[in-house]
Amino acid sequence: MDFPGGKVRFTSEMEFISGNSETRVPCFRVLDQYGRLLNNVDFEQVSEEAAVKIYANMVTLQMMDVILYEAQRQGRISFYLTSMGEEAINIASAAALSDDDVVLPQYREHGVLLWRGFTMQEFANQLMGNRFDYGKGRQMPIHYGSNKHNYVTISSPIATQLPQAVGIAYSLKMDKKNACAVTYIGDGGTSEGDFHAGLNFAAVTESPVLFICRNNGWAISTHISEQFRSDGVVVKGRAYGIPSIRVDGNDALAVYTAVKRAREIAIEKHTPILIEAMTYRVGHHSTSDDSTKYRPINEIEYWKTARNPVSKFRNWVESNGWWSDEAEAELRTRVRKQLLQAIQNAEKTEKPPLRELFADVYDVPPANLQDQEAELREAIKRHLEDYPSDVPV
Amino acid sequence: MTVREALNSALDEEMSADPKVFLMGEEVGEYQGAYKISKGLLEKYGPERVLDTPITEAGFTGIGVGAAYYGLRPVVEFMTFNFSMQAIDHIINSAAKSNYMSAGQISVPIVFRGPNGAAAGVGAQHSQCYAAWYASCPGLKVLAPYSSEDARGLLKAAIRDPDPVVFLENELLYGESFPISAEAVDSSFCLPIGKAKIEREGKDVTITAFSKMVGLALKAAEILAKEGISAEIINLRSIRPLDRATINASVRKTNRLVTLEEGFPQHGVGAEICTSVIEESFGYLDAPVERIAGADVPMPYAANLERSAVPQVEDIVRAAKRACYRAVPMAATA
Repeated sequence: MDFPGGKVRFTSEMEFISGNSETRVPCFRVLDQYGRLLNNVDFEQVSEEAAVKIYANMVTLQMMDVILYEAQRQGRISFYLTSMGEEAINIASAAALSDDDVVLPQYREHGVLLWRGFTMQEFANQLMGNRFDYGKGRQMPIHYGSNKHNYVTISSPIATQLPQAVGIAYSLKMDKKNACAVTYIGDGGTSEGDFHAGLNFAAVTESPVLFICRNNGWAISTHISEQFRSDGVVVKGRAYGIPSIRVDGNDALAVYTAVKRAREIAIEKHTPILIEAMTYRVGHHSTSDDSTKYRPINEIEYWKTARNPVSKFRNWVESNGWWSDEAEAELRTRVRKQLLQAIQNAEKTEKPPLRELFADVYDVPPANLQDQEAELREAIKRHLEDYPSDVPV
Repeated sequence: MTVREALNSALDEEMSADPKVFLMGEEVGEYQGAYKISKGLLEKYGPERVLDTPITEAGFTGIGVGAAYYGLRPVVEFMTFNFSMQAIDHIINSAAKSNYMSAGQISVPIVFRGPNGAAAGVGAQHSQCYAAWYASCPGLKVLAPYSSEDARGLLKAAIRDPDPVVFLENELLYGESFPISAEAVDSSFCLPIGKAKIEREGKDVTITAFSKMVGLALKAAEILAKEGISAEIINLRSIRPLDRATINASVRKTNRLVTLEEGFPQHGVGAEICTSVIEESFGYLDAPVERIAGADVPMPYAANLERSAVPQVEDIVRAAKRACYRAVPMAATA
């Protein structure tokens, strides 16, 4: 018989579907733990040029995180957040996308922006909030945004980007663009109401959006066992009618393959896809966190060394004869120099001028803000000695 | 023209003029709108431009904001602004602040509309007025139409505006009919945002109001006129930006002010108007400012209690008289 929703088979067995399957959803991987290609794997081939570019970006991202984290510790920036352990997810997923795909990040995906061409200097400018910051000094560190890179400005409240991504995907579909929306979320973020709303809506509106969940095991100090009781995040896709896959997030080739194919399906078939990338958050949640307080140091060390996605991919690239110790040394020296130079330049650059306090609240500055700006300038003129000399008026 | 017809025609014309404009909300399509405001639009524009959404205010508001980031011009309907609280993070943190936080890279040309304030006998969770809450946030524009002309002109202005606009309608006004000029019926008609309208000129006391309360203020003005008090009624139309110039000019003329609103008194619209007048026209006041607002309780259901919780015409008349020293001030009776 039919019910609203369609035909359904009847059964006389009184049985509850178990909350969890007997076996967990398997995890797609291409490389083994040491970076060796597994047998009979169906994966997207990458050329030498592409592989080296992916690897170099992973190293750059890793170095960026180390040095900028240190910069916060030295008091040069107020806050920083690393993507350590998730370099493969960041870079390989970005490499699988086209520049027209609109990216809506959570906040641990600066590697995607790096891949798309954001320079060290542009990153540093945002962190220092100087006058070259595209955010005009409005946002706290790591809240990057760049229209020209199709990277939507980072917004702190968790998971709000998920339904927004559906809105953008729907618009891309209406415009018949050969592009999709790609949005990232952590394991913790899947508990938010917006996760439910975003996935449900994406399915109902048949929008081409990739939901990439970085399941790194931790939401600040909350372990995934306290976050949900499902088999991770991949099984939630089925609840919304969304095709889903679980991949080894520390395997650059697996991530690259999954994202590339997901993208094609999403755009051609007008469907969302959920990708759960399994990984481990090697760094602390942010510079405001000390994760050794809630997890064992040897666990962190293990993931940092034995399961490191960067060294794993390096092994594969080298095994093809495409990389060497010399190339590594040269890359690291060059990146380090570039980074330190960028930080120094950004520090020396002056802050945004006063008018940026009042601009962009609305499209056209309203009368009250114009008045306030005039009053402030008056006050500065009268008390110039109280006004900081390194901030332009 | 009824307010309902005014809103419907405004939506229709703006959707016709700009293919980027689309409507989304619960029941807006097949059902023709929970209050029939979107009647006929699904049939005319199709399901790509009139979207019936699943029940998730947070969800469809987030989607609307995302679509606006991309460059579309969504009109998001809340069945009542009471339910917008489930989406308020997206309205404030995603819509209102994005242009500023992104330094102009992301603009959000979105309109949030729906009935606001008290209806009749719907209780606490269906009767709150959200004008003060939304109007306190920089980055938003907040409009409150009263008449059909207001509804047409302000909704068109809201849809055309590049900033996020909160458009507060009133359920009880939907069915009310107002005379409408030929100019207002034209499809290019638009009212400026940030300009109040002087509905009735007067010289003895200024009464500010918005939405349904404008109607009550006009009735009060009739009664006051018979007792020799000439009240000037200002229909605010725009809560943010507030037309401080018009309000202050009026108070400088009448020297007395009564602020009127349906919402809760603390941190209300009247509180802001009172401060504005004190800041700019203190010397012109001949009497303390009188503030009429809803009772400081969640809206009760029983008809007699509800009546006592919302300003009535006699409350406005008494306040105007107190301001004109024709009655004993409230403080003296305490």
